[in-house]
Amino acid sequence: MSGGAKIKVRVAEVVVVNALIKRFRFVTLDGSLMPAFSGGSHTVIEMDDHGTRRLNPYSLMSNPEDRSGYEISVRRDDAGRGGSLYLHNHVHAGMEMEISYPVNLFPLDTRAKKHLMIAGGIGITPFLAQIAQLAHFGGKFELHYSARSKPFGAYMDGLMADYPGRVHCYFDDEKQTIDLANVLSMQPLGTHLYVCGPKGMINWVKATAAQMGWPAHAVHHEEFLAPGTGLPFKVELAASQKSITVGTSQSLLEAIEAAGVDAPYLCRGGACGQCETTVLGCDGKILHRDHWLTEEDHASNTKIMPCVSRFEGNALILDR
Amino acid sequence: MSKTAFPPAIKSRPVYGVLESRPGFLHLVVADGEGAKAVVDLLAKSTAREAMLAAMHIIYTPGPNGTDQSNALKALGAAQFYRAPSIPSLLPRLAQVLANAHMGTQFYLAGTEGLMGQAERDIMATGVPYRDIQKEHRGSTMRRVQCVHCKGITENVATDPFKCSHCGLSLFVRDHYSRRLAAFQGVNIDAEDPGLVPVSVVRFI
Repeated sequence: MSGGAKIKVRVAEVVVVNALIKRFRFVTLDGSLMPAFSGGSHTVIEMDDHGTRRLNPYSLMSNPEDRSGYEISVRRDDAGRGGSLYLHNHVHAGMEMEISYPVNLFPLDTRAKKHLMIAGGIGITPFLAQIAQLAHFGGKFELHYSARSKPFGAYMDGLMADYPGRVHCYFDDEKQTIDLANVLSMQPLGTHLYVCGPKGMINWVKATAAQMGWPAHAVHHEEFLAPGTGLPFKVELAASQKSITVGTSQSLLEAIEAAGVDAPYLCRGGACGQCETTVLGCDGKILHRDHWLTEEDHASNTKIMPCVSRFEGNALILDR
Repeated sequence: MSKTAFPPAIKSRPVYGVLESRPGFLHLVVADGEGAKAVVDLLAKSTAREAMLAAMHIIYTPGPNGTDQSNALKALGAAQFYRAPSIPSLLPRLAQVLANAHMGTQFYLAGTEGLMGQAERDIMATGVPYRDIQKEHRGSTMRRVQCVHCKGITENVATDPFKCSHCGLSLFVRDHYSRRLAAFQGVNIDAEDPGLVPVSVVRFI
């Protein structure tokens, strides 16, 4: 079965963090320890949303030293496809669920002399685990965290109290913005930069760092994409000799799985590269939405990431 | 692609590119011997030559074959130019610059593998990813080799096999390279049949 090994868990606790965010704690059914993970890891939560199978990735935010359970924070997206709404509205303490083993696509580069973190909104979650890890091993860090307003600044109070002088908060409604050029200009050699937040923030941080001469491999980011919706389209699966139709709110990967074809995946958010699929024929336009393939790959129309990308046109034939 | 043509080798062997100007608050250049020409070429191509020179610190030493192009580099008019008499005397200057440098420093290495490897090793140790340190090979291809037996390093190895300058074993020069040591690996060639040493040939000039 694709997607790696699964863990059967029980929901131990659901906590309302603010008007948009709920925190979920998962423990094993028999009380044994969870698999170890490193800061920046995510898990894919499997949901049976009244007959629709949903698999969404969420960053682990709990302390990696605490193997008694995993915690995630989920921001409700009322306009999304339904995964976060399902978690908010239907998942309660005591429920049994299945989650994937942790996978880390956003690890700390421990060769760094210092870790500079930029978080926007719910993008704070991987940093919470990384900061706990750094605190344990004595690593240097500096966090700049912006939220739309004080009530939406999840976990800010705890961070400010635990790490005074190392955590800097900004609020959109008070017209506060990170003075990024200034922050980037003052970092000692060997600093690595990490950014997690909305796409606009990631692009802004990456572009500013590049203009200021930061080495490309010292800048790390994580952004899980939702598959997004679009017009239905037909796909030929050559290896399994099947013809499928991808629905409006269904991803290509979900449609392949629904047809009973076992396709590889890990993050389901366009980041990890695991589901990369060869395109054997393409009469139309692939709507590439991943940030795994290169621009040349996108232009060549010979590969597709079925977890987030779609298609419009006459025929798409995949080697699957 | 590298200006120096190297024979095909295993993956561990470093490959070199051509220096290109990139944004930065400090352009730190470390070069030896014929590497000076790579720096001259880099600036000739740059669309922001004056701004780059105003933020450039060049550290240079003559090459192992005696090539000294200090004057050509000095004439560029960089903010700082320092000529060291040798690689061992160049490295403390580099360490001092690194100790005070901030992110936004751009690194340009040019010349022989021995010089570039040692500079890369010291820059890497600060936490800068090695893939972002630019390197352009020019000049001598003589190698810096570590004897895997006594761990002694012999500089400017031209022949293969060669005698370890520390323990005297006859060493076969491999393409196996260590970024941590900034050296190729030398392995005893007559371990099984002592005394049966092939004739040395000049492989690195």
